[in-house]
Amino acid sequence: MALAHVASSTSRSNLLRPISAIISPNLRRQLSTDDTRTLTIETSVPFTSHQCESPSRSVDTTPSELLSFFRDMATMRRMEIAADSLYKAKLIRGFCHLYDGQEAVAVGMESAITKKDSIITAYRDHCTFLGRGGTLLQVFSELMGRIDGCSKGKGGSMHFYKKDSGFYGGHGIVGAQVPLGCGLAFAQKYKKDGTVTFALYGDGAANQGQLFEALNISALWDLPAILVCENNHYGMGTAEWRAAKSPAYYKRGDYVPGLKVDGMDALAVKQACKFAKEHALKNGPIILEMDTYRYHGHSMSDPGSTYRTRDEISGVRQERDPIERVRKLILSHDLATEKELKDTEKEVRKLVDDAIAQAKESPMPEPHELFSNVYAKGYGVEAFGADRKEVRAVLP
Amino acid sequence: MWGTVRQRLGGYSAYYSLQRIGLGHLLNSSKCYSSEAAAAKKMTVREALNSALDEEMSADPKVFLMGEEVGEYQGAYKISKGLLEKYGPERVCDTPITEAGFTGIGVGAAYYGLKPVVEFMTFNFAMQAMDHIINSAAKTNYMSAGQISVPIVFRGPNGAAAGVGAQHSQCYAAWYGSCPGLKVLAPYSSEDTRGLLKAAIRDPDPVIFLENELLYGESFPVSAEAVDSSFCLPIGKAKIEIEGKDVTITAFSKMVGYALKAAEILAKEGISAEVINLRSIRPLDRATINASVRKTNRLVTVEEGFPQHGVGAEICTSVIEESFEYLDAPVERIAGADVPMPYAANLERMALPQVEDVVRAAKRTCYRSV
Repeated sequence: MALAHVASSTSRSNLLRPISAIISPNLRRQLSTDDTRTLTIETSVPFTSHQCESPSRSVDTTPSELLSFFRDMATMRRMEIAADSLYKAKLIRGFCHLYDGQEAVAVGMESAITKKDSIITAYRDHCTFLGRGGTLLQVFSELMGRIDGCSKGKGGSMHFYKKDSGFYGGHGIVGAQVPLGCGLAFAQKYKKDGTVTFALYGDGAANQGQLFEALNISALWDLPAILVCENNHYGMGTAEWRAAKSPAYYKRGDYVPGLKVDGMDALAVKQACKFAKEHALKNGPIILEMDTYRYHGHSMSDPGSTYRTRDEISGVRQERDPIERVRKLILSHDLATEKELKDTEKEVRKLVDDAIAQAKESPMPEPHELFSNVYAKGYGVEAFGADRKEVRAVLP
Repeated sequence: MWGTVRQRLGGYSAYYSLQRIGLGHLLNSSKCYSSEAAAAKKMTVREALNSALDEEMSADPKVFLMGEEVGEYQGAYKISKGLLEKYGPERVCDTPITEAGFTGIGVGAAYYGLKPVVEFMTFNFAMQAMDHIINSAAKTNYMSAGQISVPIVFRGPNGAAAGVGAQHSQCYAAWYGSCPGLKVLAPYSSEDTRGLLKAAIRDPDPVIFLENELLYGESFPVSAEAVDSSFCLPIGKAKIEIEGKDVTITAFSKMVGYALKAAEILAKEGISAEVINLRSIRPLDRATINASVRKTNRLVTVEEGFPQHGVGAEICTSVIEESFEYLDAPVERIAGADVPMPYAANLERMALPQVEDVVRAAKRTCYRSV
């Protein structure tokens, strides 16, 4: 009989060997590609809750889901590392905020929701965009300012959007995305869509006044808004204890319930988001605090080591890396071999390299694009370039 | 053009009493339309706003109103009277006094495809929401290369009221007017108000709709066409209120009334002023303004707001750039004083343009001594 449960131990990195290890290799091969088989896995740590009950630590998943977690997170990781190189090669300009370390939040969230639910985040948005169905080509082209970018090169790193699959950006102003996200939730309720909005923000943004204004209105009007604090413990260069009198972000909603989640555990994220979606549709807003970590600095212009030790960074990488966690789960449940996982990583690397090569071939926008999309409807008015006698355009 | 002006003059004849101004060359044409003048309905700006909101909410279920006191209080200035009863609390939403929060929520709803009308009790309070108006609303269609349009209207009283002091009296036309991605409208009459608000609500882009508290109670004649629920005015087109040949006076909102009074006074002294009601600050109808100045060769711009970097500065520069050879006199700007609004009544009067300021400037362009 296929294995059903794995009891958890207190240590995050230790997993009891399941019964399937005893099964012969042939049977094992069949089991790991069986999509519909449910595995129940315990989260690394229990959830901590505020003004609500916690969801169960036992998360249902399937081999196919775990393998896709691995693949998706590996793609995101490889993409961000490649972006780092491109930035240093000066092919990416301006701002570039990398998400490596935080992949479990993007991937876990996607597995709990549909593309009809909405996600809105700040500027650390490359992986969230990918999770929503964006392609690597769109990411790299946009980062390099080419027309095949998701915003046709006009947005840049901080302004990725994919409205057709519920991704509303991509915002540069810290905290602004939270009221916007509550507005999306307002519209979802108004239209009776039965969907929810996840508004992501960081521990730095958690102190913003407009967040509390939006939360107050969301609670008053029972909006299906889920505020997700991606607490990577540093708001740019300022540690959370230096910025927040109370860094218990999941409790900061006061009258709004909250849940603290291990953000490096994709299954815990999945469980929390599933729980939050059900809650928000019935009872209005809820806050999720994802305890996560970014390996890079705040952005490419921040080395990330002046305000935290290299030991801390490597410690998290060793103990809590989200991809390694899923790798261990896959191996211990014999869903794939070590070689198969390494091959997946090689494949991912090639996909990323191919996308970069293709993106490099993508042209820069035509000059007339300077004046496109200023308005949805321009009435044929004139717009001017730097020398208005030289450069004029008519807005369609 | 001339035909339209004659029709409008016919409509306004009851209001402006043309026969007293001495614009004899226009009287003959206005007499043909006297029967139309007698039939003209009158409407206050408040009624114009209320009826426009009502009709647009009725026509499109995606339109909803949000702001402080818009619902149960019937509107801080009674603009939204009756709308809560008619459309219910899902569509007429009373917000807490948190502009940054509720403006962000309105913009987010517009991202999703709804058509919010966000009311600011005055545009002074909108400064708390400036980031959402500019960074979240105005720029998003561009940054997303057209993926996310923002069909939102921000409306409310703008500019000076009476005796409300420095923090409650600023005119924001110039600030919003400089920002690409926004459309900025400033109606004067009830017809302007109805047509422009309906156009703004139907427009797929963020529109700043600058009203004026002191105009809410003023009554204007409206044509039969304007009362119809399909009535709409084009965005980006100014209106020539009165045709003239000696000097062009541009104005918007309450100052249009002052410009018209100034034109009356100037006419008595033999100066024929052409008064242009801008209606739209952005896009600015440079074509109409320049065509007018090419005819009159003189320009006076009038606005309530601060003079530096004001709307008048843009108009003057546009005319200098496009119609330099046509100018017979330096361009003139009449604006609010370069000070925060004082409270004392005499100082307040000095801080705002008065009709005599407009008259004086017009005379200067005609080389007449005051």
